[in-house]
Amino acid sequence: MTKTLSAGEVVKQVAVKFPGAATVLNDFAVLVDSKSLRDVMAFLKTTPGLDFNYMTTITAIDYFQYFEVAYNLVSMEHNHSLTVKARTPREVASLPSVISLWRAADYQEREIYDLMGITFEGHPNMKRIVLWPEFSGHPLRKDFLK
Amino acid sequence: MRATLDGEVVINLEPVFGYLHRGIEKLAEERTYTGFVPLTDRLDYVASMSNNFGYCLAVEKLAGIKVPERGEYIRVIMAELQRIAAHLISVGSFLNDSGAYFTPFLLMFRERERIIDLFEMACGQRLLYNYYRPGGVSQDVPKEFFPALKELLKQLPGYVDEYEQLLKENEILMARAKGVGILPKEMAINIGASGPTLRAAGVKWDIRKADPYSIYDRFEFDIPVGVQGDCYDRYRVRMEEIKQSLRILEQAIKQTPEKGPVRAEVPQLIRPPVGECYAHIEAPTGELGFYLVSDGSIAPYRCHIRAPSLMNLTALRDMMLGWKIQDLIIIFGSFAITMGEIDR
Repeated sequence: MTKTLSAGEVVKQVAVKFPGAATVLNDFAVLVDSKSLRDVMAFLKTTPGLDFNYMTTITAIDYFQYFEVAYNLVSMEHNHSLTVKARTPREVASLPSVISLWRAADYQEREIYDLMGITFEGHPNMKRIVLWPEFSGHPLRKDFLK
Repeated sequence: MRATLDGEVVINLEPVFGYLHRGIEKLAEERTYTGFVPLTDRLDYVASMSNNFGYCLAVEKLAGIKVPERGEYIRVIMAELQRIAAHLISVGSFLNDSGAYFTPFLLMFRERERIIDLFEMACGQRLLYNYYRPGGVSQDVPKEFFPALKELLKQLPGYVDEYEQLLKENEILMARAKGVGILPKEMAINIGASGPTLRAAGVKWDIRKADPYSIYDRFEFDIPVGVQGDCYDRYRVRMEEIKQSLRILEQAIKQTPEKGPVRAEVPQLIRPPVGECYAHIEAPTGELGFYLVSDGSIAPYRCHIRAPSLMNLTALRDMMLGWKIQDLIIIFGSFAITMGEIDR
């Protein structure tokens, strides 16, 4: 059974190196400050005992005031998982890309850019993936409520 | 897929998606939790049962629904039959791409047809089943289902042996597929590959074992892995998985309760508490995951689908550079992708 790491424990470990960068959001999710997202992710990937070598999925959620992006990480060695979240304001929707750590982020970040309109800084090929380049707007945003 | 060639050699390659994009994730936000099940059929349309399974698991996790025993077993039986049917198509079309034009493909369709007949018995559909429901399955199987399944299980190993005899050590297939399109272990993990693509690279990772969902912890089966992650290994892993699925089916039939409800009592309109969850299954193509966010209403606030085919294609460019255009088709075929799942 994949063990879900407690957010509190992970935040404690992260705080040793990056104080204040990560906070507990709920039992299973860690909220990371968007500026230090890439550093914290690199820490999660390389620290012995955490070893999150596998990125399962990235989900972007529109909460009207801000966008929330959830990263699901798994360590194959220890068989444990963690959800890391980052938030970005709607006006300047932008987050650092984690493609340098997990290439799994490649198409997923492009898809989020395409459908949700969040730019990932440092992604080498940030362009639309499923919609055509001339398309205006981002369909997964909650802009289209009746 | 847009390839740049120098003579016959691929020097650049760019996958182009989107021709089958229907906005399924957005459509989920306007449907009830149960109403979205038929749309999941249309993701990986050769493995509809698995898609239903993954989605229903996510809703059950979110709403805290417990599935009755008989329902659980019927679900696992359907999922494993679906895995066999999907692998038969995958291997068949891979062989088609590699030049064994339609002979193995049609042989494999012969057995797939028998499995589809069983699905038709259970739910009346032959391609897009819409059979699972949050809390169980839509209806119990008819009484002739289990005898027909037992009969099929007697014959399937013989059919599988037939393909093995034809293809396992086939010289032409080995020459074309061995050592071609290698996906190294580290890269496979880094790109988030899953399913047979990941296991062919030698990584023993199967969600059914690593994070057993439903009742998979009750069955004994092995995880076949490949040696070097080439096209031949991906084909081999699929064939071995068919044999393991048969093992699971044998055990599941013996353990299935004779009687009992197949669906938990679930309200017509499910209103899960505010929250979010991620549920994943081992679909034939790999790890199929559903990330659901609930705001307490009758429709999901957000439904993200982790499509295994999309992730498996991440390293496509790296794997194809330097190979000839004939190999390109074999490499692409060995992934057994479904566009419906990639574009959603």
